[in-house]
Amino acid sequence: MTSPIVIRVKKKRIIELLASGKRTDGRKPTEYREIKIEPGVIERAEGSARVRLGKTEVVVGVKISTGTPFPDVPDTGVLTVNAELVPLASPEFEPGPPGENAVELARVVDRGIRESKAIDLKKLCVEPGKLVFVVFVDVYVLNHDGNLIDASALAALAALMNTKMFKYEVVDGEIVKKPGYTPLPMANYPIAVTFAKIGDKILMDTELDEEQVMDARLTMTLDKNGNICAIQKGGGSGYFTKEEILDAVKTALEKTEELRKIVVKG
Amino acid sequence: MKASKKKTKKETETLSNKKPEKLVDKKGIRLDGRKLDELRPVKMKVGVLPNADGSAYLEQGRNKILVGVYGPKEAHPRHIAQQDRAVIQCRYHMAPFSVDERKSPAPSRRDIELSKVIREALEPAVFLEYYPKTSIQVYIEILQADGGTRCAGITTAALALADAGIPMRDLVVACAAGKADGKIALDLMDTEDKIGDADVPVAYMPNLEAVTLLQMDGNLSPDEFEKAISMAIDGCKQLYAQQKEALKSKYVIEEAEEE
Amino acid sequence: MPVFYEKKQLVAPGDLLAEGDYVPGDSTYKKNGKIYANRLGLVDYNGKRVHVVALKAFYVPAPGDLVIGKIVETTPGGWVIDIKAPHLARLRASDVVERSFKPETTDLPSIFDVGDLIIAKVVAYDRTRDPILTVREPGLGKIMRGQLIEVTPTKIPRVIGRQGSMVGMIKKETGCQLTIGQNGWILISGRSPEDERLAIMALRKIEAESHTSGLTDRVTEMIKKERKSVESK
Repeated sequence: MTSPIVIRVKKKRIIELLASGKRTDGRKPTEYREIKIEPGVIERAEGSARVRLGKTEVVVGVKISTGTPFPDVPDTGVLTVNAELVPLASPEFEPGPPGENAVELARVVDRGIRESKAIDLKKLCVEPGKLVFVVFVDVYVLNHDGNLIDASALAALAALMNTKMFKYEVVDGEIVKKPGYTPLPMANYPIAVTFAKIGDKILMDTELDEEQVMDARLTMTLDKNGNICAIQKGGGSGYFTKEEILDAVKTALEKTEELRKIVVKG
Repeated sequence: MKASKKKTKKETETLSNKKPEKLVDKKGIRLDGRKLDELRPVKMKVGVLPNADGSAYLEQGRNKILVGVYGPKEAHPRHIAQQDRAVIQCRYHMAPFSVDERKSPAPSRRDIELSKVIREALEPAVFLEYYPKTSIQVYIEILQADGGTRCAGITTAALALADAGIPMRDLVVACAAGKADGKIALDLMDTEDKIGDADVPVAYMPNLEAVTLLQMDGNLSPDEFEKAISMAIDGCKQLYAQQKEALKSKYVIEEAEEE
Repeated sequence: MPVFYEKKQLVAPGDLLAEGDYVPGDSTYKKNGKIYANRLGLVDYNGKRVHVVALKAFYVPAPGDLVIGKIVETTPGGWVIDIKAPHLARLRASDVVERSFKPETTDLPSIFDVGDLIIAKVVAYDRTRDPILTVREPGLGKIMRGQLIEVTPTKIPRVIGRQGSMVGMIKKETGCQLTIGQNGWILISGRSPEDERLAIMALRKIEAESHTSGLTDRVTEMIKKERKSVESK
């Protein structure tokens, strides 16, 4: 990913406005852009969802197949998360294997799902030690206008909630499909929120312009009980103070509740 | 340590959908209810990606294709630049969730071949000589695949190029015809392509009446081939009318908002 | 000798516009005595000349154009500038510094550095070389403050208006300074973010409705209405 050259006047303006607590699009520091979630956009996938966060757009597809389990957890299904920053999403993305940003994105989204035990992986065991279900979560960024992590995590959660598995029975150690589908067994609903630091100000849901001038970012993923299941500091060579981090936890508790309500309706 | 995806042959068969016995019934109706010379339902939309210089989205049956275009801009890396014309860098890529069996995001040999023939299908239409030493990037993403994606990709890419304001001699539109159950049929879907006897994808510049992509695999007599290519070009003409609608309708909506 | 469309009809690339003794203008090309459109836009016939006003096209530099550009690289001889055209533009050090400048002792980045925005004029551009810019004239040079917005270059004439009528009106109604680059970049500098927001709203409306008539009046009304509604809050 080539690093874009930031326009100096733009950076100045963002910082000037921030000094009086304002952002270029009039949002408050912790305010998110308009969120649109559409589940089931790829009907051939077992589950899918498209999320638009402002102009950032991400599609996540969930595919389920079978495989052998990891030897150390023979009765557990397998989860694997991959992310593609496809070149059509931004002039800064180039074709090729995932770079460090795509890998970090995938691993942060994965951590949130895995550590919160969002999917009950034990229920995905067919025959311990021999056959389990493998859940592939593929994050596809279609337009980059900032805050890819939060958008991708939301889309991944919505896609998993949209996922249906075929009903089956085991005959002679092999899977035979039965008519009908059952939802993927979900036990938790992790939500990721990212805090960006510009100078000494903390913002949430940065759009691309703001992201290009930020000093560092801090992502926190919380589960439905308000417990933290993943944290990632990244996005630059800046730093956070202990106070800023603990403040962020408080804000994260509120914010993740808010966002969870949008995804998990009723 | 990686979990392995070994499957026994029996497992594969029981997991996948049962093979249909006939592709075309006695009345000439296909599995999805279409007649032999009928296209799948198509939807097209232009200007769907905010960052790309030009973009378009197309649905054809269960195919879902998204194309983003960037450029013309300075060619990168320098050595690919041509002194007297722009180069088109085209990438055909399938999302891992676009097919029944999850596909690895790494480009397969098929992806590489398709990227090349699609580029060669679009090149004759673009005024490359106007912008020497630049490159035009065409990114085709198959979000959901059901047969005929290289053709749908070309049709969508032409829309995205036009949306980017890149000067073109003509639009390019593509459609395939093939043989299923011994009969020549238009716009084969995946099942028909896999089980059928031949597939002939064609890309066409409608006003200049020029074929810019032609491939064939399977087994056809010269007569059958002639029938197939004529049918494919007919299909192209139908799709072309929709391409123009899609380009123009973006503009017409702006007019309506003026009231 | 036939023409195939009426004035101001929407045409797509490859549409046959005229046949016979016609001259191909903007966004058209001639082949075998026939004139075709090469872009999506509105066709117009002017005597023997057929042209298309493209709905969307990227900027192609022409000598004399005022442009806003972003410095993307400094070299020993000058600067490389992104002006949102197919090619990067160049500004020679000799354009800014005294004729006998010594590259070893002159600190070019202290004049313009990567990330700076400049207002410049296109001096030269042809197939054999990159666009060359100058900042020699008054009013040109580094931009120190303001908001930058991007508009499709084909709509710039509409933003300016006949003899500057549209841009003049926006300046008057919003109190903002507007610097318009032919390459589609517009710099807005106002007394308050609210004034700037009104100017941006006006520009977006012009971009969306550039093909309609009576636009200047409608934009004026919109600004006045928007200002009133904000003031009454």
